[in-house]
Amino acid sequence: MLRFAVRRLAGMTVVLFAISVIVFLIFNVIPNSDPAARIAGKNANPALIARVRADMGLDQSLPVQYLTMMRRIFTGQLTSYSSNQNVAEQIWKGLPATLSLCIGAALLWMAVAVWFGYLSAVRAGRFTDRALTILALVGISLPVFWLAAILLYFLSYKVQLFPTGSYVPLSESPVRWAYHLILPWVTLAVLYVGFYSRVLRSNMLDAMNEDYVRTARAKGLSDRQVRLRHVLRNSMIPIVTLFGLDFGAVVGGGAILTETVFNLNGVGLYAGQAIGKLDLPPLMAVTMFGAFFIVLFNAIVDILYAFLDPRIRLGESAPV
Amino acid sequence: MTPMLSVRDLRVSFATDDGVVRAVDGVSFDVDTGEVVAIVGESGCGKSVTAQTLIGLTRSPNATISGSVMFDGRDLNTLPDNELRTLRGARIAMVFQDPMTSLNPVYRVGDQIAEAIRAHRSVPKAQALRHAVELLESVGIPNPQRRVRDYPHEFSGGMRQRVMIAMALALEPEVLIADEPTTALDVTIQAQILDLLRTLNSERDVSVVLITHDLGVVAELANRVVVMYAGQVVEQASVDALFAQPRHPYTRGLLASIPRLDSPRSDRLPQIPGSPPSLLTPPDGCRFAARCGSVFADCVKPPPLVAHSRDATHLDRCWATGVSA
Repeated sequence: MLRFAVRRLAGMTVVLFAISVIVFLIFNVIPNSDPAARIAGKNANPALIARVRADMGLDQSLPVQYLTMMRRIFTGQLTSYSSNQNVAEQIWKGLPATLSLCIGAALLWMAVAVWFGYLSAVRAGRFTDRALTILALVGISLPVFWLAAILLYFLSYKVQLFPTGSYVPLSESPVRWAYHLILPWVTLAVLYVGFYSRVLRSNMLDAMNEDYVRTARAKGLSDRQVRLRHVLRNSMIPIVTLFGLDFGAVVGGGAILTETVFNLNGVGLYAGQAIGKLDLPPLMAVTMFGAFFIVLFNAIVDILYAFLDPRIRLGESAPV
Repeated sequence: MTPMLSVRDLRVSFATDDGVVRAVDGVSFDVDTGEVVAIVGESGCGKSVTAQTLIGLTRSPNATISGSVMFDGRDLNTLPDNELRTLRGARIAMVFQDPMTSLNPVYRVGDQIAEAIRAHRSVPKAQALRHAVELLESVGIPNPQRRVRDYPHEFSGGMRQRVMIAMALALEPEVLIADEPTTALDVTIQAQILDLLRTLNSERDVSVVLITHDLGVVAELANRVVVMYAGQVVEQASVDALFAQPRHPYTRGLLASIPRLDSPRSDRLPQIPGSPPSLLTPPDGCRFAARCGSVFADCVKPPPLVAHSRDATHLDRCWATGVSA
């Protein structure tokens, strides 16, 4: 088990290295113009461009440029030249809002999706299932920015049930923290609820035909015990995989739209503003930050997977 | 003596997209205490559906079930789900065909056995697990103390089937339904599992309903045999009578298709020509007529299942035996 975890973490390092090279190539090498001018930002004077070139070692060979950029990103020395702010500090400042948004939304979408998916599968073909199917399709089809705008317009502006966004730190007031985050949580969760509940429904319907479910019924377990302990339990394995991927993606940048519309000063909003100003250093760092989270959660899920499916631990194939 | 289990005119049909499939069409048989009754027939003859219907596992919105399954003075077919559930696993247990897929891969075998125990008795988990160890030992699993904590994939096929049997025996059932318990196993393991079933049958006096298509298994284990064809019983007799004097042409065909060591090696094994009729639209007359070598005029009418000789327990469904007897 420990060896499995160590191997997985080593693999993660390799993937991160590959991503960092690609990020470097995309930002510094592929665009056919002076990287120093682009990193310096819009309307930069020649002196600033020269300073950027010196800071980032842009007059040296590509491997040295790569190492310099990575050293700056990972030691937190990367600065945004146009706003004169330290990028790592800004990301660090944005983390509480982003994590509050993402963790809350993730808990919400998992809970609701499992509930909906379970109900759908148990009542397959009947009214509840059909209603939930339509609801899921609607949820998957709604664009986040549109849904966010509609929620804000009707529930914050027209009815004034909820505040119009902005983040209140958890340490300041847990109640207001949650109150301010309810709409963003719902917005971010809707898409995933739709998607996950559909996947869980079909997993459960497949699992219901498994021989071990028949065995469980033959043992004399109640329908509910059979469904929860055998059908649902075994159907959760692919869901957890999906969750690892999606949660990493949401933390690492998927929440840009939600944070922007609700004006939550998290990492996503920071990235969004950097895009607006064509400010490259924050984008480099946020891209690496996002990649890091996606890869990290994937590794965590793989390790968790081994707990969910004992066959993985011996290196056997995943369940079909 | 009233039989342990008495099945009368059992009919099971499933509504499918193609029409109504009459999987089981009027099956009757008795199982006495301590008796092993084998139900034999080729794939799709309705033997597994019969077995699963005994404990209500085929109940579903698209299934229509009629007839009766009398057990301990109650008709299991009309028993509500929650009452039937108290019998399932506790007094009538079942072992399935494929031990590779019949155990849940994500739970330890001990937990799965304990779950069966705790479904019927309110005992603490630790006590149920101790009982699971004893059960594993009783079905011949070496090192049960350690094995109880293993997952199904850590067992071989034969060992998994032993686990299944241990689980089925957990609550000391009066009836054990074994649905092709040896089909998925290789031959030496088959023999071990059959030995185990025989021991359990004789030592614990468990009645066994054995579903199989393997006449070798029947000869090994069964007291009585029910031969099924296309959803119906075509012959029913004690195992000795069936092997000595098979009456129905289908039974004779089955027995003739057993390869023999003392016969000359021909190029092909003997077989019954043709394939069973569709259960969507079974023929009106004798269902075996299309494959039978001795068809005559009467075969267009459905033959009844009756005793054609002084042996009142030897029944068959053939017009020809009626004529010759």
